[in-house]
Amino acid sequence: MPKLKINDTEIEVAQGTSILQAAEMLGYEIPRFCYHDKLSVPANCRMCLVEVKGAPKPVASCAMAAGENMEVFTGTEMVHKARKGVMEFLLINHPLDCPICDQGGECDLQDQAVGYGYDRSRYYESKRAVKDKELGPLVKTVMTRCIQCTRCVRFADEIAGTPDLGLLNRGEDAEIGTLVEKMIGSELSGNLVDVCPVGALTNKPYAFKARSWELRKTETIDVHDAVGSNIRVDARGGEVMRVLPRLHEEINEEWTNDRSRYAIDGLKKGRLDTPYVRNAKTGKLEKASWEKALETIAVKIAQTDKNKIAALAGDLCDVESVVALKDILDNLGTPHRDCRIDGAHFDASTRSGYIFNTGIANIEQADCILLVGTNPRVEATLVNARIRKTWLEKRLPVGLIGEPADLTYKHTYIGVGPDSLQALASGQHSFAEKIKNAKNPVMIVGMGVFQRADGLALHAQLHDFAEKMGFVKDGWNGFNILHTEAGRVGALDVGFTPATNGMDFAHIVEGTENGKVDVLFLLNADFARALGDNAFVIYQGHHGDSSAAHADVILPGAAYTEKEATYVNMEGRAQIAKRAVYAPGEAREDWKILRALSTALGKPLPYDDLGTLRQRIAKEFPHIASPDVRVVAPWKQFGQAGAVKMEPFHNAVRNFYKTNVITKASAVMTACVEKFLSKNDERKAA
Amino acid sequence: MNLFFAARSFLLVEILKGMWLTLKYFFFVPRVTINYPHEKGPLSPRFRGEHALRRYANGEERCIACKLCEAVCPAQAITIEAEPREDGSRRTTRYDIDMTKCIYCGLCQEACPVDAIVEGPNFEYATETREELYYDKAKLLENGDKWEAQIAANLVKEAPYR
Repeated sequence: MPKLKINDTEIEVAQGTSILQAAEMLGYEIPRFCYHDKLSVPANCRMCLVEVKGAPKPVASCAMAAGENMEVFTGTEMVHKARKGVMEFLLINHPLDCPICDQGGECDLQDQAVGYGYDRSRYYESKRAVKDKELGPLVKTVMTRCIQCTRCVRFADEIAGTPDLGLLNRGEDAEIGTLVEKMIGSELSGNLVDVCPVGALTNKPYAFKARSWELRKTETIDVHDAVGSNIRVDARGGEVMRVLPRLHEEINEEWTNDRSRYAIDGLKKGRLDTPYVRNAKTGKLEKASWEKALETIAVKIAQTDKNKIAALAGDLCDVESVVALKDILDNLGTPHRDCRIDGAHFDASTRSGYIFNTGIANIEQADCILLVGTNPRVEATLVNARIRKTWLEKRLPVGLIGEPADLTYKHTYIGVGPDSLQALASGQHSFAEKIKNAKNPVMIVGMGVFQRADGLALHAQLHDFAEKMGFVKDGWNGFNILHTEAGRVGALDVGFTPATNGMDFAHIVEGTENGKVDVLFLLNADFARALGDNAFVIYQGHHGDSSAAHADVILPGAAYTEKEATYVNMEGRAQIAKRAVYAPGEAREDWKILRALSTALGKPLPYDDLGTLRQRIAKEFPHIASPDVRVVAPWKQFGQAGAVKMEPFHNAVRNFYKTNVITKASAVMTACVEKFLSKNDERKAA
Repeated sequence: MNLFFAARSFLLVEILKGMWLTLKYFFFVPRVTINYPHEKGPLSPRFRGEHALRRYANGEERCIACKLCEAVCPAQAITIEAEPREDGSRRTTRYDIDMTKCIYCGLCQEACPVDAIVEGPNFEYATETREELYYDKAKLLENGDKWEAQIAANLVKEAPYR
């Protein structure tokens, strides 16, 4: 523990802490371009120079470890002069086109030039120009602006695991490039824009659209996967302009995936902005008032046998609306409801059986990881980034059962299906040794494992497997389910699964064909399976996708940027999304629609505002009442014994860029599919 | 003393004094008013009148949609929207000035890095309706084309002081 003095203040820091970090602890800000908390330290921008007593020259503080009895000065005349010199060199070849640069207003170089730049240039020769690189539809490049900090190169190498970028040539010819013309096919490529301290890499779909100072910033939660990344939504007027990640060390660190960042143009297209009712005579959907739509539903439900009413909650549902819908169903007295609209069969009665028990951050404590029927790179990119981070640190063994995949880290491919699980359990495969010898083994099971008829039996088998192989032991729970939908865990937590004698998803859909279901309520539920024509379908959601086209009454709801709502992520952490903009037209927040519907049905729900509704949720489900707390679930028995077919596992998500109604409506995501997934790629068709 | 004041009042001395001044100006002092609108007073090159968006000599519009004028405008009279033009350059798709909000402070032309938005020498643009004072990009560019010669001359005159 070296003790040093920074600007005459004494501080004791851990061995290996750099001077820059130590100074930051004391609140001294040191300018920097190449240094980034989450990346390795190349010390090539030289902006963080400080004076160290006894050293003949200024010292790069990001790369110099704090030493015993060091005396550091961060604000002396010498430091200032050195930094001004560095800044002058950086600006020699920088185009100074701030007025047309999208980074203008939030640019590190711009900010630091205020402190360390001269207002006149001494450089009269011509500046260099660098050819722009084509990195695909997400990242725009203006390489002349680049100051060669190599943050993007290190990000692609270390975090994304797609080492495509590099610093080519030397001296004045140095430039960032891809060597062979290549697009950055990483699911994390949007973060290159964030790490770039200047305007060399910028957000392509957002190009020239807005300035940072015009935007209204709302800190909220992402819903494009079940990770629950913390994001910031920047809006201008009634329009969401861009999405940026927000720091949350236990979930997404500083990153977010391309889907959550770039699918926002889907929020403006194909929206439902007014209620619709199907005209009985013409068979066409017609615009209607809220009163008319709710009345139509009330009349229909009054005529229907209560046992023939069913409801499905979809992928983007928030907890509040699911609870409101559940209360309505309970008032009606129908047990038919489900939230597993991908047809997954698993035991939802035990919480530890369906959440990510270990916690995303605790993956870093793992010393052996087994992936079953999942490709976390597309299903939960940030979980994959966490696995890669752990792998980089410890080179731990990773095993994969299911579809072969490029996971960005080295792994042992074990097999395709349940027989590989048995091979591990019986010790036939050599990877079994590695699991047994591990102190903190982690097993991650994808949703694809349960999207088959023998899902329940597999669930039970996985439970026993986890216990036998030591994934679950005292003080460590390494059994994890990797969900892909943001609304799923929340809906499971509040028990939106078939009640006693209730039908599950598959039976409800069949029921619409064979007459067992007469009225079907779809809350944000969009799925591939076709519904029967006889049932009366009510769709509540924000996009006019396949389900809405099939509906008899459409109730326009709000998307995740347009409502204050709770989402529970895959590790069982409740987080609150905030409203950034208002929903378009007549669309309303989902729980309010259901509250209004309950009045139309004659039994008003006992809550008139969000506060009372949340109190009601907190009373029955205390574990989702406190936001941003990961509530651990006790390990219990789950699943149902039965025969398991030896068919191979299939992944739940095949096409990363098209997973829900928002991404389906997004033109940017469509462009990504065209560019990043090759023509013969089977992921493209899916 | 009282007699003195009484005499002054009764003999209308002050009125005659005033009449004399009028006569003096009528016959002997050169005229001070001008015959507006046929004659106009002198204008400083710094005069801040009606706004205009300028073009380069080759016809390319100068404005690059940096939005600094919008940001600096204390009356929030300027509204800009932008997107990449077909050739990839940064241009406005909308440039509106609400002239009824404008306070003619000239900060927009100070902020402009390319001398695109300027307050020209024109001050005669009164209208009959308020709507006519909501200027859009076409109107501002038209102003620019109309007044370019004088605006350019004024900018040259002002250049040494900027």
